[in-house]
Amino acid sequence: MKIHEYQAKEILRRFGVATPRGEPCFSVEEAVRAAERLGGSRWVVKAQIHAGGRGKGGGVKLARSRDEVRTLAGQILGMQLRTHQTGPEGRKVRRLLIEEGADIVSELYVGMVVDRGTQKVALMASSEGGMDIEEVAARTPEKIHKVFVDPQAGLTGAEADEVARRIGVPEGSVPQARGVLQGLYRAFWESDASLAEINPLVLTAEGRVVALDAKMNFDDNALFRHADIVAMRDLDEEDPAEIEASQFDLSYISLDGNIGCLVNGAGLAMATMDTIKLYGAEPANFLDVGGGATTEKVTEAFKIMLRNARVKGILVNIFGGIMRCDTIAEGVVAAAREVKLHVPLVVRMKGTNENIGRKILADSGLPIISADNMGEAAQKIVAAVSGQ
Amino acid sequence: MSILIDRNTRVVTQGITGKTGQFHTRMCREYASGAECFVAGVNPKKAGESFEGIPIYGSVAEAKRATGANASVIYVPPPFAAAAILEAVEADLDLVICITEGIPVRDMVEVRDRMRKGGHRTVLVGPNCPGVITPDEIKIGIMPGHIHKRGRIGVVSRSGTLTYEAVGQLTELGLGQSSAVGIGGDPVGGLKHKDVLERFMNDPGTDAVIMIGEIGGSDEEAAAQWYATECSNRKPVVGFIAGVTAPPGKRMGHAGAIISGGKGTAQEKLEVMDACGIKVTRNPAEMGRLLKSVL
Repeated sequence: MKIHEYQAKEILRRFGVATPRGEPCFSVEEAVRAAERLGGSRWVVKAQIHAGGRGKGGGVKLARSRDEVRTLAGQILGMQLRTHQTGPEGRKVRRLLIEEGADIVSELYVGMVVDRGTQKVALMASSEGGMDIEEVAARTPEKIHKVFVDPQAGLTGAEADEVARRIGVPEGSVPQARGVLQGLYRAFWESDASLAEINPLVLTAEGRVVALDAKMNFDDNALFRHADIVAMRDLDEEDPAEIEASQFDLSYISLDGNIGCLVNGAGLAMATMDTIKLYGAEPANFLDVGGGATTEKVTEAFKIMLRNARVKGILVNIFGGIMRCDTIAEGVVAAAREVKLHVPLVVRMKGTNENIGRKILADSGLPIISADNMGEAAQKIVAAVSGQ
Repeated sequence: MSILIDRNTRVVTQGITGKTGQFHTRMCREYASGAECFVAGVNPKKAGESFEGIPIYGSVAEAKRATGANASVIYVPPPFAAAAILEAVEADLDLVICITEGIPVRDMVEVRDRMRKGGHRTVLVGPNCPGVITPDEIKIGIMPGHIHKRGRIGVVSRSGTLTYEAVGQLTELGLGQSSAVGIGGDPVGGLKHKDVLERFMNDPGTDAVIMIGEIGGSDEEAAAQWYATECSNRKPVVGFIAGVTAPPGKRMGHAGAIISGGKGTAQEKLEVMDACGIKVTRNPAEMGRLLKSVL
């Protein structure tokens, strides 16, 4: 699960990480009032969307007067903000963060993820903040410092101090940086984050160490123990089709192609998408119906796929292991009838009772194309949508 | 021959009284020597009772003492699964197979840390995996037994249904399997591709291996590099990686299926495997035929 920058900063503050003072706002008036309350002479107006690259996309601006806060808030609120992470259609800005300006001396990077290799939380830090850290890692790997944190001990003061010095924190600010790094680690660990990033972490003219930006993602599997984080979910930032699918326990992700796919199992679903591409077309979605493809689930899955106007055909690929193919076939037939299917449908079923399943499809009177294997199934649906 | 499990393995089922545990215990018992292999269940509240003739004990340690169980399979719900793994590890079983999907990553980081620091010898498979099968001997997990056939090909994969797909293709071509191992899709777990590959290379009953991977992480690369540089008993290996079409940063159902920053893409994995002498295909419908071509 993702949250907004201002929410991540709320969490980090709870763990003792310093951030600029700021307020989230939902309207221009609120933004102006927030600037008044914050005081000072410079404010940063920041678009709050669940995507990076907001500054480059024109979603982060500096205001030098309250009038300018009003003008900029008016420009940014409601805009379709396009960044390298939003796709070409961009994302509508519905929330702002108004913050006090900071006197920046230098910009650093710190981030945390769970490292699969060592099976520990990895702290990554660099003197090269404010930039795309993946670029830094690729061009100058020696500028990324890593610590793999012992889960029992946590990030120790000595480890934090060493990292702080390595990324260029001056001696007088090292104790503050230690607080930031240890706070970030505790925030990551105690809230079951999957990613936590402060980019940039800035040194100010007064020698303070401040999180100027913040990003946190969370492990969906651990949300059951974090009601406070679940309350931060912003459904406006999520694909309505994906939300609907999750209500039926379907795992769905919209993609750009025109062939809808319905598959059981994430690995087989990805492999099916890959096969479609191999035969020259693009998948319209990833859809994993999971272990129990009931008629109800298959029908919902069809409805969700068909709501996407780009879909010109559907490929169903089910490896019915313990689930029987006749049950799946009945589900597919009922679903196709209920949604009055108007695009070509190719079904490949494998496993228990596959012959009975095929007979059910053939006897349904519906124009369902059967396939024996994944390759043939992909070829047939690609041919059908291209009108061959 | 086989790896990890055979007809002499004695299994205790943790979570035997839940819906999933009951269903799959029945299926596993019906498969090959299952009736002799599945000897115990665990549920502290139901100790002394039994499930369809399988005695239930209060703890894994008790079940082990009473029945000689040396392996466990776990169907316990996610919030309690990490504790279940540790209980089996501390009872010093040879093997723990955790089927449970949806365990918090932090719980698994703690489990793995305790397994390392405690110097435990127990081998963990999973979590979030279909389990392990040695055809015609024993099936521990949720895979459909009937698609398998006894033979000499090893299968290792992160994904469930994609493993069945590979097994199904092999069986159709008349190629049986020595063992098929689903290692699971979670970021932190037990055996990795390399660990399973090494066991297959050392198994006299295995002639060749299909290794199936997914985008994310670098386990497939590590296995390929081990195969190229350190493996002393090299047998043919073929591979497939799912997720060429997966867009970066999107989570494809599996915790495992997430790409970050150029690393762990399907393309990169396929290139490394190919460079390490593992024949790869980009067509998952061709896994079986590719394997046959290298025998």
